[in-house]
Amino acid sequence: MLQFILKRLGLALLVALTVSIISFSLLFLSGDPASAIGGETATDQDIEAIRVLYGFDRPLVVQYWDWLSSALTGDLGESYYFKLPVASLIADRLQITMILGVCGISFALLTAVPLGVAAAIRPNSFIDRLALFLSVAGQAMPSFWFGLILIVVFAIQLGWLPPSGASSPVHFIMPTIVLGYYAMPAIMRLTRAGMLDVLSSDYIRTARAKGASEGRVLFKHALRNAIIPVVSLAAVQMGFMLGGSIVVESIFALHGAGYLAWESIARNDLPTVQALILVFSLFYIIFTFLSDVLNAWLDPRMRAG
Amino acid sequence: MADMATDPLLADITGPTPGQMLRKRIFGHQGLLIGAVVLGVLVLVAIFAPWLAPHDPYAQSLMARMQPPVFLGGSWEHPLGTDHLGRDYLSRLIYGARVSLLIGTVAALISGVIGTAMGVAAGYFGGRVDAVVTFLINVRLAMPVVLVALAVVAIMGGSLQVVIVVLGLLLWDRFAVVMRSSTLQVRGREYVAAARAVGCSTPRILMSEIMPNIVNNLIVVVTLEMAHAILLEAALSFLGLGVQPPTPSWGLMVSEGKNMMLFEPWMVMIPGVVLFVLVLAINLMGDGLRDVTAPENRS
Repeated sequence: MLQFILKRLGLALLVALTVSIISFSLLFLSGDPASAIGGETATDQDIEAIRVLYGFDRPLVVQYWDWLSSALTGDLGESYYFKLPVASLIADRLQITMILGVCGISFALLTAVPLGVAAAIRPNSFIDRLALFLSVAGQAMPSFWFGLILIVVFAIQLGWLPPSGASSPVHFIMPTIVLGYYAMPAIMRLTRAGMLDVLSSDYIRTARAKGASEGRVLFKHALRNAIIPVVSLAAVQMGFMLGGSIVVESIFALHGAGYLAWESIARNDLPTVQALILVFSLFYIIFTFLSDVLNAWLDPRMRAG
Repeated sequence: MADMATDPLLADITGPTPGQMLRKRIFGHQGLLIGAVVLGVLVLVAIFAPWLAPHDPYAQSLMARMQPPVFLGGSWEHPLGTDHLGRDYLSRLIYGARVSLLIGTVAALISGVIGTAMGVAAGYFGGRVDAVVTFLINVRLAMPVVLVALAVVAIMGGSLQVVIVVLGLLLWDRFAVVMRSSTLQVRGREYVAAARAVGCSTPRILMSEIMPNIVNNLIVVVTLEMAHAILLEAALSFLGLGVQPPTPSWGLMVSEGKNMMLFEPWMVMIPGVVLFVLVLAINLMGDGLRDVTAPENRS
């Protein structure tokens, strides 16, 4: 087990390192970052001064090493736009995104798992078909459009919910639904497939033969085993979700890290964008690592892989 | 089948051929048929856009701004109304089909070539090649797609070509994953060993033994990634960092309509519905193809 964890940890670190190289090189994709900072009105001398000031005149490897080693100590550079340390900027905004991510994944699990179980208990029933339809339709629904529809219906027409902002828990209802529904189809399909698989197994027949009640069979015996892969899928989806929060936060004007990313991209604030790509990637890497370890802990057969 | 089962030999001879069974599965699959018909219609609309569109999608008319669609009391002159610049909404929708389908097709093609090459190589050669490809897939999955795509498009400048290339370079992961596992499945089959035994070259084994046997899985991924690329383009354009105005992109139309959402919600609804229908049709077709070509993989 320890060996498995160490191996996965090494892999995760290597992935993180590679992502850091990619997000660093993004800065140089534009050609000359100095002229990008200087803007259209900058003279050649200005640009040269900027180049020296920001250290763009040094070799790339040296710049990368500099960036990485300060990133490791928590210094992610200074935002071109806010003139503030990027690290504290992101830390400020991350809270909203984390709340949104946790709410989103909880919403997805709380709706998709019961639906998947219900669908598996009676395959090809109305509920099974409804679940299948919802999962197919859910995958085709553009999230930004779904968000706008919710705003039109619940904020404008009915006036039940606030259209934007983050000042109270009520403000998070619509963003949670929009962020969460995207993970639902996958979770539901996996729950359904897992339950179908488990329900036809021998130990379920044994449990039924012993005279255990149907509820006990379903929840105590079946769901417990079927839920294992769902938990790891949820961890991976959570990583994806944080990255996807950029769309949701921009629709509902939630000033989280995703919104910051959108603003920073529009303002050409590259240090912030670089750092955000790195932070979101790290979240994904951490979540998949945790899910791998969890899986291996729950199911020793996974440790070989 | 019951009476045929009495004589298995006879059933073998007189039973339906694999081709007939495939055809039967295709025409018996509702989702696949509906998806294919809807997608076919939208492709035709995109191809014949110049003949179908009642107006020039770029022609502005300040006298005829924000006219409502016919079903909300508008005139037949502009069946789906006009936008904030007086451009005919129906014509823009029709031309928008071109943008979405072009992006979906070309991006899926680019990512398909990259992902298939990586996946097949990893599955067939195994060992170090596999380790490197698996690592690259992990790296790619760790990067937030929307964020990276937005950033690159912002740096390179938003245009149709840039969006297509960026999405093509980002969406190869599922191709690589699926092609790798499909190749692993067929690598050990007798016909591959036979081809190797008669001295076929590796490229020839890959092209004429491995590829034909995994191509049905490839087609399924192509459809899913097409849908993915179309949704992402719409999202990028909606955020203002994808296809730039005045190009008629559905995502952009939703974004332009957003400002008028309070009084004219149809401006957001119409392009969104069309986008939803297109992606739904592609997904239905992809799911259907998976069911039909590999019934044993049905979840």
